[in-house]
Amino acid sequence: MQFDINRAEELLKRAEKKGATGGDLIVVEGDSFSAQVRLKEVEKISNARGKSLGLRVFFGKRSAITSTSDLSPASLDRLVEDTCTLAQIAAEDPFAGLPPPELLAKHFPELDLVDTEVEKLPIEKKIDLARRAEQAALESDPRLTNSEGADFGHYHTFVLFASSNGFHGHYETTGASLSAMPIATQDGQMQRDYWYSSRRKLKDMESPEAIGKKAAMRTLRRLGARKVSTQQVPVIFDPENAASLLGHLASAISGYSIYKGASFLIDKLGTQIASNALTVYDDPTLRSGLGSRPFDGEGLPSYKKTVVENGVLKTYLLDTYSGKKLNLPSTGNAVRGISDPPSVGTSNFHMKPGKYTPQEIIRSVKSGLYVTELIGFGVNSVTGDYSRGAVGLWIENGELAYPVEEITIAGNLKEMFQQIEMVGNDLDPWRKTAAPTLKITRMTVAGN
Amino acid sequence: MTKAIERPEQFFLQKYGLSTSSLESAIGGVLGKRIDYADLYFEYQTSESISLEEGIVKKVSKNISQGVGVRAIAQEKTGYAYSDDITTDQLLVAAKTARYIAEEGGSKGSVPVQVTAPSRNLYPVSTPPIEIPVEQKIKLLEEIDRIARQYDPRIKKVMASFSSEQKIVLIANSQGVVTGDVLPLMRLNVSCIAEEQGNRQVGTFGGGGRREYSYFLDERRFEEYAMEAARQAIMNLSAIDTPAGVMEVVLGPGWPGILLHEAIGHGLEADFNRKGTSAFSGKIGQRVASELCTVVDDGTLPWRRGSLNVDDEGTPTGRTVLIEKGILKGYLQDRLNATLMKMPLTGNGRRESYAHSPMPRMTNTYMLAGESSPEEIIRSVRKGLYAVSFGGGQVDITSGKFVFSASEAYLIENGKIGSPVKGATLIGNGPDVLTKVTMVGNDMSLDSGIGTCGKDGQSVPVGVGMPTIKVSELTVGGTKS
Repeated sequence: MQFDINRAEELLKRAEKKGATGGDLIVVEGDSFSAQVRLKEVEKISNARGKSLGLRVFFGKRSAITSTSDLSPASLDRLVEDTCTLAQIAAEDPFAGLPPPELLAKHFPELDLVDTEVEKLPIEKKIDLARRAEQAALESDPRLTNSEGADFGHYHTFVLFASSNGFHGHYETTGASLSAMPIATQDGQMQRDYWYSSRRKLKDMESPEAIGKKAAMRTLRRLGARKVSTQQVPVIFDPENAASLLGHLASAISGYSIYKGASFLIDKLGTQIASNALTVYDDPTLRSGLGSRPFDGEGLPSYKKTVVENGVLKTYLLDTYSGKKLNLPSTGNAVRGISDPPSVGTSNFHMKPGKYTPQEIIRSVKSGLYVTELIGFGVNSVTGDYSRGAVGLWIENGELAYPVEEITIAGNLKEMFQQIEMVGNDLDPWRKTAAPTLKITRMTVAGN
Repeated sequence: MTKAIERPEQFFLQKYGLSTSSLESAIGGVLGKRIDYADLYFEYQTSESISLEEGIVKKVSKNISQGVGVRAIAQEKTGYAYSDDITTDQLLVAAKTARYIAEEGGSKGSVPVQVTAPSRNLYPVSTPPIEIPVEQKIKLLEEIDRIARQYDPRIKKVMASFSSEQKIVLIANSQGVVTGDVLPLMRLNVSCIAEEQGNRQVGTFGGGGRREYSYFLDERRFEEYAMEAARQAIMNLSAIDTPAGVMEVVLGPGWPGILLHEAIGHGLEADFNRKGTSAFSGKIGQRVASELCTVVDDGTLPWRRGSLNVDDEGTPTGRTVLIEKGILKGYLQDRLNATLMKMPLTGNGRRESYAHSPMPRMTNTYMLAGESSPEEIIRSVRKGLYAVSFGGGQVDITSGKFVFSASEAYLIENGKIGSPVKGATLIGNGPDVLTKVTMVGNDMSLDSGIGTCGKDGQSVPVGVGMPTIKVSELTVGGTKS
């Protein structure tokens, strides 16, 4: 990293000389690579190197934030100047401020977030990983006639964070991912689907062959998809799509949504917001986890917390600001972007797995939908109203019977959470937001 | 206040010491024996964002990003590298990486280039919106907050934001062309939450474009935005459950044109069609819509959010007819795909920033006006849905299935607009939804300037437009079966 802690502190001091009462600074530096192969040929190689710096400055209860990718001394001089000018124009916000120094992280957990093996691979080897994934997909079945290609990519990122209340910390992370998206044709109908693996370390990734085969299976099972008639039925979400429900939960219990009144879960702390089958943890300390980090976006310690326990909402997700607004301490969920003040985010947001196999869950349904893909943005986080396009498999007498598409599923998240009837044992802990297979008692499927 | 930049090449020359000869040698450095085409894309972007909630400005931020993207193309292969250091040394490093895709080395030394200015300016502004003092924008947001709250005592929360950016770009390619552009962009957005006896509902409205700041003050547009967001939130308080299933759907004018963007537009982007992965692949010359439908993509509309003087590969934008009286006419091209498909460029090669390589993207996509009056269209429906405002949409270009979500909709009963209904997702099949268009209104309008399109992780500003239309059957994702 070119930018060190001394330069960071020097910039913060310079802001103080201009009258600032405090501030913080983040620098993110990194490089990334990606290779895309389509129908065996290399289609695209890209390589990038980038860095940027974000500076937030307080003048009492006024603040502003600026950022730049130009880290030259002249540019940073101007940045400090501009930020101080802007902060003095901004309105006073009685809740604004840095976290109290006594709450800052003093020790950082060793989280094992770096793997340099992947960077050492020659480009040809990296391309070969993508090529193998695509080949495994296309070789699975003659109906797989085309491809959107396969991608292999990796990144290495350094993060440095310092604040005028005495915090300084830095960490690095790496990550690699491999995906394949084959296309199948049958009777003039074309379908695509994909599979991928994304990990911090190369050795933890699924093999290219496994990824390709799973992408092929997912694509082939969509062939012959049809519409079904409009009805109310049980709906099973596969782990990918169940995780999206967890995402809606996270945004509804973000301190910002709560104090703005922009959530269907306001005033629900300590109450039963879901069936007792739902238990959710947020754990930034998971070893090599994709959502792990040694401290949060304001320098607060990372720790595992229970967010929902047997359906009862145990905590909102808070940073210092949203916590103050709700008269609660931060939960260490601050996320700091380069050009935005802290906001709230999750780390590894995982649902506790249940006891049922996915097959047992499917077997419990006489007639219903098994969702494999959701499209569109029909989720209203203020009301909880939910209506999204769905692709999946229709269940008849406990068996996956035939593929369906061009249908929607609708309900309200408040009721959907209460209606989590069965929870699978198939949680994938490698995902940042992860849930196992879930069965919701009843939703409206709209089709013919 | 700085003077508006008129000559992008001068800007980069002065700021980074890039001369014509350094461009010539950089492009020469990318070009090897097997490289068919190379280009450099320099970008300097300043952006600003101000947001207000609870009556006070909570966020003021400013961002500067700069960088250069280097691309090499050899047949179907693309090499891309970028750096946020704009120096001759970094250019050469990036050039070497981009060139990797052609197995053989050996650069061409230097390629002579000539600077050409775009022949028009679709968005001349005397003062770029980003240069307007922050204090003025804060006052505007405070005024909006006041107006929205005054609209109705049930309006409990108002969130308003103003964002603006100014992008200076310079594109140099291996055919010796160097061209640049200066792109202003601004957007004003208002969200209101209304509350009544525990029922909370949201309303959102906004607009903008590549315009002069005074646009928001003219005809007191900012006031209209505030009242419109408040009106929607209040209206939604009385929304009832939406029926589920197939029904006649009338789409209002303007922003509902997102239907065209999702159902048709993406499927006609050339990359998918070259690869044969779009539900529209191989359908040129075939009927994909009713005779009433003519759909164009036009990047040349003055002041619009989706407009560009030149696309991000330096090609002048144009007006491309996608569907003419129901017949599929053309694709949206970037340079790579047009070359491989041996088709003309359409000026649709776009990228989010220097950190991204270009691909075919839409600009402003809209349907031309028809002859029916909107009243006549609504009168013709016995039982159906009238949807006037939408959130986002999405499409699976391979199966052709698309969705878009209504945020303001009403029942139509016996030719009359009835109760408001809760937002619902509408789902259909791209290649046949427009064949079911049975009436097209005479009230074509473009959206207010709020669209952002995402593809492959890249976001670009776009526009849409449509007259009121009637679709004889569309599946509505309500809860009431």
